[in-house]
Amino acid sequence: MNEQTKTAQHGLSEHSHGAGVPIQIRSARVRSADVNDFELVTQREEQWRYLSTDRLGGLLGELEEFTGDLGLTAPDDVTTAWVGRDNELFGKAGLPEDRISAAAWTTCDAAYLITVPSSENAQEISLKVTSADSTPSALHLIVDAKPFSNSTIVIDHTGDAVLAENIEINVGDEAQLTIVSIQDWSEDSIHTSAHFIRLGRNARIKHIVVSLGGKTVRVVPSVEYTGPGADANLLGVYFADAGQYLEHRPFIDHSEPNCKSRVTYKGALQGTKAHTVWVGDVLIRKAAEGTDTYELNRNLLLTDGARADSVPNLEIETGQIEGAGHASASGRFDDEQLFYLQARGISENEARKLVVFGFLNEIIQQIGIESVETRLAESIEAELARSTH
Amino acid sequence: MSILQIKNLHVSVETDQGPKQILRGVDLTIRNGETHAIMGPNGSGKSTLAYSIAGHPKYEVTEGEILLDGENVLEMSVDERARAGLFLAMQYPVEIPGVSVSNFLRTAKTAISGEAPSIRGWVKEVRESMDALRMDSAFTERNVNEGFSGGEKKRHEILQLSLLKPKFAVLDETDSGLDVDALKTVSEGVNRAKEANDLGVLLITHYTRILKYIQPDFVHVFVAGQVAEQGGPELAERLEAEGYDRYVRA
Ligand SMILES: Nc1ncnc2c1ncn2[C@@H]1O[C@H](COP(=O)(O)OP(=O)(O)OP(=O)(O)O)[C@@H](O)[C@H]1O
Ligand SMILES: [Mg+2]
Repeated sequence: MNEQTKTAQHGLSEHSHGAGVPIQIRSARVRSADVNDFELVTQREEQWRYLSTDRLGGLLGELEEFTGDLGLTAPDDVTTAWVGRDNELFGKAGLPEDRISAAAWTTCDAAYLITVPSSENAQEISLKVTSADSTPSALHLIVDAKPFSNSTIVIDHTGDAVLAENIEINVGDEAQLTIVSIQDWSEDSIHTSAHFIRLGRNARIKHIVVSLGGKTVRVVPSVEYTGPGADANLLGVYFADAGQYLEHRPFIDHSEPNCKSRVTYKGALQGTKAHTVWVGDVLIRKAAEGTDTYELNRNLLLTDGARADSVPNLEIETGQIEGAGHASASGRFDDEQLFYLQARGISENEARKLVVFGFLNEIIQQIGIESVETRLAESIEAELARSTH
Repeated sequence: MSILQIKNLHVSVETDQGPKQILRGVDLTIRNGETHAIMGPNGSGKSTLAYSIAGHPKYEVTEGEILLDGENVLEMSVDERARAGLFLAMQYPVEIPGVSVSNFLRTAKTAISGEAPSIRGWVKEVRESMDALRMDSAFTERNVNEGFSGGEKKRHEILQLSLLKPKFAVLDETDSGLDVDALKTVSEGVNRAKEANDLGVLLITHYTRILKYIQPDFVHVFVAGQVAEQGGPELAERLEAEGYDRYVRA
């Protein structure tokens, strides 16, 4: 790919750098369920700096509880319930880090809880979040993957929505969870979503974000470790068309020894005012000896007039780590790839689609669950078919 | 009957110091069923000729023409050339991350024949062609050329040749980097395509070894962007013994 690459490898020396606000400030950032603890949403705030407030529409005002549909398909021993604030799981995985997340938190008196019991066989769960109206609303989901459980959860967001969402994801000791969140809203929809991931000892999560449809989509996944040996693999793909704004801000907070994290996001942009933002923060605290982390963001700019902001931040407070690095690159089509495909009779337009598909599919191929991979590959093909002709 | 004619072809490539002329008047005529070997020193312009036939955008034709059955190839886009029946087995095949071989082959076949092949027949045909080339069927699940060894890439090129059934194939150093057994397997693949489709072949090589398996009808010596001499298979033997000194000094 023709691209500008920024890479950095971090060895054993203490090291700190990164654009924007230092990460300690992020970790010291306000965490609260009370809206009044947060400044108003303006672009002067680091976390909102790329997002013009008029793109957030009704999410800046009063919210109502989500009245759309939650369609669950799951094996019998997976249970669901609406639970109130008095439930011990409400707020266990994390607390809001921004004003809209806090507003949603306050609005929801109940959260939809999915409990996955421990089992040897992988449990496949699908949750379809559909909405047909654009009343500014709030939704709170909680996943409780019990110790030693093994499951795949696909959360599909479709329809018309102006939605602020909080998803708490608890992964118990020794548990394995693959969780996919697809944002495929109508083109006027506005969606912000904070994912709070809390990992037990030796827990493993694959967390996949797929953002395709919506006027404004902002997903902020954060990972917290509560014991050693846990592994977080955060994957993301996004495709922004003309006028779309898609933002992803993964945050990994390494506070326990011998844990691993990988963050890999890839996006394609096409059309005027297609805008994507990726801010990846990794913090390795003093206690997190033996940490192994790498974060990567790559963007493919398909046309002029699109803009991809990409900011990796890495802050290391201990010298005793396995490895830490990051890379960020934005580039255009590789002419040699197009030539190779065209030399096999494939039209230029088809060849472009195939190259973009492959670029994004590289992420999908890392999921390792064939049914999910096939589904996501189909979603991306459909998105490409819609947006390129 | 098919005929590929290259007439007085002049080609330059864009470099940082401006355009640089590489081909200086190439004349070649290939009929279907014929095999023409092109041999010549490094940097003489063999790959440039191959890419120019396929239509690589980096190369600019400044003079001359290429005709396929009388049709002006230079006016066609890269994919139109392929659909018209031209095939280039590349010296350095390109990796396409995230695109599986099976997806790629099916897409190419659909593009070339204008309709999707029937699934059952196609899967069988791919499997048979892969077996013949001693390629593990697991390759269909891998991404195009990604992590392929040099020899595996070359086999994959010939696999495409056998599945896409062009009229003319340019093989750019397909023999380089192949072990003895692979050379034989790959050569047999080319010969099968020749027999099945009366394929015309332009075979670029540095070694007479492959010419023992794929018998050339003509041998062309390529020097400094031109055909310096042509003859029959015996010319290859002489080149191997004497090298290119004679032409380069001339
Ligand atoms: N982009 C470029 N910039 C500068 N010179 C170029 C470029 N592309 C090709 N050339 C030059 O054109 C000449 C012909 O190259 P070409 O690849 O066609 O040679 P070749 O005969 O295939 O050589 P080999 O036997 O090594 O494969 C070489 O001198 C090469 O350096
Ligand atoms: Mg060459």
